Amino acid sequence: METINSEILSLTYGSIVRQLITDLEDMDEVNKQLDVMGYNMGIRLIDEFLANARITKCGDFKETAENIAKVGFKMFLNTTATVVNWNADNTECGLVLEDNLLIDFVELPEACSKLSYCQLLCGVIRGALEMVNISAECSFSRDTLHGDDTNEIHLKFTSQKAEAYPYKDDD
Amino acid sequence: MAAPILSLVIVGHEDHPIFEVDLGSRTAEPSTRDERAQYLHQFVLHASLDAVEEQLWTTPAMHLGTVDRFNNLQVSAYVTAAHIKFLLLHDGRSDDTIRSFFRDVYECYLRVIMNPFITPTTRITSALFQSKIRGAARNYFR
Repeated sequence: METINSEILSLTYGSIVRQLITDLEDMDEVNKQLDVMGYNMGIRLIDEFLANARITKCGDFKETAENIAKVGFKMFLNTTATVVNWNADNTECGLVLEDNLLIDFVELPEACSKLSYCQLLCGVIRGALEMVNISAECSFSRDTLHGDDTNEIHLKFTSQKAEAYPYKDDD
Repeated sequence: MAAPILSLVIVGHEDHPIFEVDLGSRTAEPSTRDERAQYLHQFVLHASLDAVEEQLWTTPAMHLGTVDRFNNLQVSAYVTAAHIKFLLLHDGRSDDTIRSFFRDVYECYLRVIMNPFITPTTRITSALFQSKIRGAARNYFR
């Protein structure tokens, strides 16, 4: 697999976010745009992930979350996340990220306090899961840039679509 | 005993200051006499910018040493590759201490400008940066 320097990734991501802020000016819009960008990345990333990761089919959402945290983050960001806080019926959990390289040099200024800087990651997870017929909601529940002690992504499983054959049979 | 005179200014492009701090004062409140002194310090620092501009083309090194003098005050300069100038107003400190101090300031500065929200012209307002500079000043100049 190809690798690049983490600083290049952090700086490039930083300039993308900066440019979005200059263009859109409203923090909610920027968050939405980052999510859409992440979604578009995720629907393509899932193919590469499944091609390179040696994992078998996941039996339930718990295994899915574990795979995202351990294999997915390791493959693309060279860091692992830990899965915590499962709720009663195993549909919601948190992914705790100890070191997030996207925020390596970043300090949010006052004007951008509503910005969810790593919203792209949430979009990626959402997009990737959607391509394997799982719809989920994804957002940051704790963020070090906003003063919390660690980064936590809240992952919520909504529904699962049945595998549908994409082509009509009578052609 | 008069307070040691020590003032650091970081000047960006188009000669506007992006960071100023007075490192000599031991207390946080300036008295009226100190305010007049502060104006004088600012004036001397800005006046020395011409001398820095001349000298920076003469040497490939970043540290320029003492570039200007005014009465008993000296201005030392350190220029980065992007021509961002660090100016230190002091009353006769050893060049080696100043050299190491500027190296520390430079490393803190590098960390700060990697922040994507800082452009080459924004003022540096990070409290972390200020405390690091004050810490470095305490190390080298006490």
